[in-house]
Amino acid sequence: MLKGNSDELAAPENVSSGEEKTGIKVMPVEECIVEIVSDAGEGAQKAGQSFGSVSAKMGNGVWTVEIIPAEVQPPARSRAGASGIRIRFGSDKVTNMGDEADLVVAFNEQVLYGRIDQKAYREGTIILIESKWKESKVPEIQEEYALAMQEFKQYGFDVREIRMEEECLKFVENPSKGKNMWVLGMLCSIYARDIEKAEAQIRHTFRRKSKKIIESNLLLLNAGYNWASKNLNLRFQILSEAESVSKVVMNGNEAVGMGVMAAGIEVCSMYPITPATSVTHYLSEVFEKSGGLVHQAEDEIAAIGFAIGASYAGKTAVTVTSGPGMALKTEFIGLATMAEVPLVIVNVQRGGPSTGLPTKVEQGDLLSAIFGQPGDTPTVVLAPATIEECYHFVILSRQLAEAFRMPVIMLTDANLATGVQPFTRPEINLDSFSPPIDQSPWKKEIRPYEWDEKTGLSQRPIPGQSDGMYVLTGLAHDEESHVAYDSHINQLGCNRRSRKMAAIFKTLSPPTVNGDEKGDLLVVGWGSTLGAIEEAVNKARQMGGSVSSLHLRFLSPIEPGLEKIFKRFKKVMTVEINYGDEENDPLITSENRRRSQLSWFLRAHTLTDVDFLAHIHGQPMRPGFILQRLKKELGL
Amino acid sequence: MFGLQSECMLHVPEQYHTLSDYEGAQPRWCPSCGDHAVLTAVQKVCREKQLPPEKTVFVSGIGCSSRFPHYMRTYGFHGLHGRPFPVAEGIKFRRPDLDVFVATGDGDCCSIGAGHWIHAIRYNMNMTVMLLDNEIYGLTKMQTSPTSRKGTISNTHPHGSILPPINPLVTTLGVANVSFVAQTVDWNPAHVFSTLMAAHAHPGFSFVRILQRCPHFSPNLYSDEISNPDLTVLLTHENGIEAIPEVQKMYKNSVEHDPADINQARELAQREDLVPIGLFYCNPEQEQYDKYGASNIGFSPQQKSDALNVELDKYAV
Repeated sequence: MLKGNSDELAAPENVSSGEEKTGIKVMPVEECIVEIVSDAGEGAQKAGQSFGSVSAKMGNGVWTVEIIPAEVQPPARSRAGASGIRIRFGSDKVTNMGDEADLVVAFNEQVLYGRIDQKAYREGTIILIESKWKESKVPEIQEEYALAMQEFKQYGFDVREIRMEEECLKFVENPSKGKNMWVLGMLCSIYARDIEKAEAQIRHTFRRKSKKIIESNLLLLNAGYNWASKNLNLRFQILSEAESVSKVVMNGNEAVGMGVMAAGIEVCSMYPITPATSVTHYLSEVFEKSGGLVHQAEDEIAAIGFAIGASYAGKTAVTVTSGPGMALKTEFIGLATMAEVPLVIVNVQRGGPSTGLPTKVEQGDLLSAIFGQPGDTPTVVLAPATIEECYHFVILSRQLAEAFRMPVIMLTDANLATGVQPFTRPEINLDSFSPPIDQSPWKKEIRPYEWDEKTGLSQRPIPGQSDGMYVLTGLAHDEESHVAYDSHINQLGCNRRSRKMAAIFKTLSPPTVNGDEKGDLLVVGWGSTLGAIEEAVNKARQMGGSVSSLHLRFLSPIEPGLEKIFKRFKKVMTVEINYGDEENDPLITSENRRRSQLSWFLRAHTLTDVDFLAHIHGQPMRPGFILQRLKKELGL
Repeated sequence: MFGLQSECMLHVPEQYHTLSDYEGAQPRWCPSCGDHAVLTAVQKVCREKQLPPEKTVFVSGIGCSSRFPHYMRTYGFHGLHGRPFPVAEGIKFRRPDLDVFVATGDGDCCSIGAGHWIHAIRYNMNMTVMLLDNEIYGLTKMQTSPTSRKGTISNTHPHGSILPPINPLVTTLGVANVSFVAQTVDWNPAHVFSTLMAAHAHPGFSFVRILQRCPHFSPNLYSDEISNPDLTVLLTHENGIEAIPEVQKMYKNSVEHDPADINQARELAQREDLVPIGLFYCNPEQEQYDKYGASNIGFSPQQKSDALNVELDKYAV
């Protein structure tokens, strides 16, 4: 892919500024992975997001993902403090964060170690590093920096030391503010980005700031661009085809927020929790203009209780949370199931159990979403696989919740939440907005839980409808909603609520297989791993492997036809970001092995011996990691 | 009627609602439970105000008193233990047309639901809240409640409870944005009625603590006060609970208390020598969260679509 030719280069610092560098080769590449890494608060993410947006606007496929330190204020220049962003962009659609980066801009050397620990780089990765530390007044810093340069070269990185701050000082008094924009300019030069688009992006990003700040950032952008054009002989071209359809670019949490508006939902009730909160940050800013409001409740339990109250009163509401919040909401989810109140619950999963890994990626809440309530609580569980689906699935969830009078849980994760990707601009369908609250007189003879024997469905009276008065209860109840302890009535109620799941199942079609319909190996995934799985599977197929994949969106009820599809493959395995015992771990046998969540569920559901590849590193699945296992399985 | 717009004119209900229009299922509370008297008073309030049953919602948690909605013929939400407030808030948030009542008990409100209670006071949404306080857990068979007096013998504290009780009035009066706090007693139905009438008329979170006995587990509670009205002190004021001659005649002790005076309200709420009944505090000017909730209801699909299009434009490539 990308290889810098260091023979051609003079060390940038030896080049006096203003001297025109000639003979730079422009290298055409299909795709690139770039990272900007810094201490928290240095603006790396802002620069990277702008770079991603500019690339998307130039017609490239883009996926950006934030690198988030675990602490709010990690110490400066520390491994644990690595903060920043990765941008993967290319000529074609990009569906995941990829493997090792091709080029990295680092504001200090220590944060790079943090990324090296996570195997983010490879031999030949170009590292553009701030070199001011070389002359630090603190001898330890000088030593650390020198040692790092030595080690980075030993690792085989292509290191370029750059006096970034010094360059910025030529234009501004305080280079700590705005250095990120200088870096953006530098990257725009390296990757031949349209500088006018970058300028427009800066104006948009800082639209709420003063004119002075915007001007200063534009100045630095151009300074970085000009400097790199003159002093760096790195130039890459990523071609793109002109877009025929209009697109939008956003992260998964913004897509969920927009989906909430597109669904016509009018109440989003929440309690702050990472990594879900940014959905509501976004909504808080814009929801009022589309006839909705965000309610910040006093706790997670109140957040769902409030949403249930709003739903009961006529307009299906949404509550947005993550794992620990889901645990607290459990009792109310049971109530919504029992009393058949429509409700949308978005769980932006993070690492668990307990407080776990708040900012990291995990798909650990699948089984608790399906089975996590006491008693029998049939619940719809959906998992969007792309950022685009985050938008559309909220609409679907709202519709299902209302049509089937039950809670719908939508599982996304930190990877989708912070990943940014362009997708086809959704068409707005006026019918997707929720209907107005029905206030017509209720037909007295219709009971509030008059369950249809075949589908389990019943009609719901809304407060305000005359003659519809009933008392909703979480106790076992009959079709009149009267509390009933008779054994046969509880059996009937559970049966009817379960019947609704069968009715939904009937509307689903079997999933599409990516690759051949039969073969040696079938990889099954769910949620945000779609892009990485398909990339790995397609590479293995190019290498001659007999492997296919399928991706589930409906987890409860599960999609139909799986057993039949599974039978056509010699082996079936899932790829998931959650915990499973390794086969060869001490004490582990086939009898006691605790398996990854989807594999466990699929084994029970299809009676197929489903294996798995699972990790809980807190990182998105990388295609290279999956490919490694596929090669082993397929003997490639 | 000169100059009045037609919509300002007195609206004559199409149908006059009688008491039986508000009567739901046959109450299953124990005979002589204080809840019966409260239920009757509430039904009278509904009739007096001619509340449309379809626009009235009774919300409760879990406990003896939380069976309340079942015994009304209105909409009802008998939810989870300790959680009536979030549900009631969610109902009221976007439905200013609905009249919301909350029936809760000392365990439901002051123990498992205490967090929601504090915040419900602060949200100050327009609803009428009845805390039916019998100082004991009844449904689960005589456990200590947070309002049980120190030394109460119960199944969880057979040698007497250890801690002093929470005083729900003092607690409520201590929360920011509190707007209406009153106390009444189940053995004086006329006072229960007039207190609930005032609570319902107040725009905001009207908190009424109703002292009562559990015939099984706290039967002797307030027996002195019941037999000797001199142990009760009646709060009176022109802005207070409406003066009813039969009530005033009963109580020798009375204090003129301006419900705008929160400091005196707090002092009165702390009195342990006598049981104060009446209106402690009332401030109709406090911030109401339900007004915020009702600020942008009723957008048409076209308006929503336009707003969404503006957003999509912002993110357009």
